[in-house]
Amino acid sequence: MIEPAFVLLTGLFAAAGIYLILSRALIRMVIGVVLLGNAVNLLIFVAGRLSRGAPPILPGSGSVRAADIVNPLPQALILTAIVIGFAMFAFLAALALRAYQQMDADDTDHMRLTEPDHQPQPPLEY
Amino acid sequence: MATQPTAISDWLVVLPLLLCLAGAALLLVVRDRGRAQGWVAFALVAVVSVSDGALFERVLSLGPMSMTMGKWLPPFGISFTVDVLGAGLATIAALVTAAVVLALLLDADEAASQQGLYSLVMLLLAGVTGAFLTGDLFNLYVWFEVMLMASFGLVVIRGEPLQLDAAVKYAVPNMLATLLFLAALGLLYGTLGTLNMADIVGAAQHADPALLLAIAGLFVLAFGMKAAVFPVNAWLPASYHAPPAAISALLGALLTKVGLYAALRLLLMLLPEARSGLSTVLLVLAALTATIGPLSAMAETNLRRAIGFLLIGGVGVAFLALADTNVGTASGAVLYIVHAMLTFGALYLLAGVIERAAGSADTREMGGLYGTSSWLSILFFLLLLAVAGVPPLLGFWPKLLLLEGFVSAGDWIAVFALLINGLLTLIAAARLWSFVFWRPRSEPPERPRGTAPAVLLIGVIVLTGLSPNLLVRAANVAAADLLHPARYIAAVGLAP
Repeated sequence: MIEPAFVLLTGLFAAAGIYLILSRALIRMVIGVVLLGNAVNLLIFVAGRLSRGAPPILPGSGSVRAADIVNPLPQALILTAIVIGFAMFAFLAALALRAYQQMDADDTDHMRLTEPDHQPQPPLEY
Repeated sequence: MATQPTAISDWLVVLPLLLCLAGAALLLVVRDRGRAQGWVAFALVAVVSVSDGALFERVLSLGPMSMTMGKWLPPFGISFTVDVLGAGLATIAALVTAAVVLALLLDADEAASQQGLYSLVMLLLAGVTGAFLTGDLFNLYVWFEVMLMASFGLVVIRGEPLQLDAAVKYAVPNMLATLLFLAALGLLYGTLGTLNMADIVGAAQHADPALLLAIAGLFVLAFGMKAAVFPVNAWLPASYHAPPAAISALLGALLTKVGLYAALRLLLMLLPEARSGLSTVLLVLAALTATIGPLSAMAETNLRRAIGFLLIGGVGVAFLALADTNVGTASGAVLYIVHAMLTFGALYLLAGVIERAAGSADTREMGGLYGTSSWLSILFFLLLLAVAGVPPLLGFWPKLLLLEGFVSAGDWIAVFALLINGLLTLIAAARLWSFVFWRPRSEPPERPRGTAPAVLLIGVIVLTGLSPNLLVRAANVAAADLLHPARYIAAVGLAP
């Protein structure tokens, strides 16, 4: 039974991903998102059972034992998710690079353009 | 019924989506044609709205329709299933997009339109329309990603530091939310073995309730982040004011509403048992969101950021219906989504007009606009009243339905949260109006230009507010189908 090992690996990936996303450095956050994405992919992968018993094709006559075969649908789902995740990673990497060039900051503490540090109060009289 | 090939007339189910995707490709081809490109985009969005409207009319009179791709019969193939809720919201989304494209045309940003501005708008509409029309959970995830990718492109299209900063704050939480959604749907598939929404309804009744409760919690977190529910709402006011105003209008009108729609679909229709298990949590979150939104708007000096906070308050109002569900509150929430799409689209568009005339985005430096254009001040005032829910504008009716539902269920916390939200929103809105129009200002602002797109939406808000019968009836049908999805399941061709 290989599933428990995969479950542990999924948890490890998710923990590492969340730890990195909590960082202030943009590049770490990007890597964290990718790790978390892979944790989710692994999770769906395990949901389809892992086995090398038989291909998931019903022979013309007779039947296969359900425990021997692997559900191929989660693998198709992950394939889609991997492709989308790759596109997202490409965008985030480009964004991190441009942000670094234009704002000279990899640290989100120094990215305060949209929310200035000392926000003034609105006027108190009309 | 699903064993027969789909009749040609039923291809209407996917027509709006095909038009959006083909239109996006076409617009990419003609991106060097200057203003002509904008008009092509406007014509395309108009055609999409008409086909959405035709679909809505058909679904309203004949009941839900479904179409399954390939020769994989449901529940195995990917189904597109359209009910009144999906078709109605898709129609309103296309209408708002038409107004936004008109505003982009008036803006005439040559550089951005060469970089595929209109293509991205079309793709965003494709993602939103797909999310509203699909009947498959994984397909919903894919449309979320389409929508997200297009919105990333729109936020950074000018490439200024302010927008890059906004994109960082917008992108990371939203990707996180989509990943949580994917994880939740993976777990749901592992539990139930199906992704077809109509099939999930039946399968969920025989599954372990504790497991479904945990999965529903994950869905609430994912869609709550998308819809900007407190405490995962900080990304919205940090990002929506950075891109040009027309794009803010598009994002503000469509994106959070798709999150709300997905939450309604998942919790009311697919996992109703799990929803009632979570109702206390949902009530607390919704009530806090509904109060904190307008309170933050009062303390804000940036016009579009303040509107963003008002938007968050509105999300809280719609979320209240998830906490305490009956046909009355559900139809109120549906109608509220329609109202919020139109009103916040128009509000962001007008904010763009005001910022251009005043030469600043800061409400402390505005003022004096009343003398220059009382017409603009009246339009803005109407919209602020609509946000607060003052009759006879459209915003009043969903709040009335919600209030009726909560009172009949005896849920006084929800009633209180709803009324407090109305009061605080009215105060925040009145303050905003006085800062922008009434305060004295030494040099007079420029004459405002380009109110036409907003006037279009305000016209719809006033007209539907004066005669809301069609919308209320449609919202009631949509809510009934959500809570008792027998018609929906039958349309897909599965046994209820």
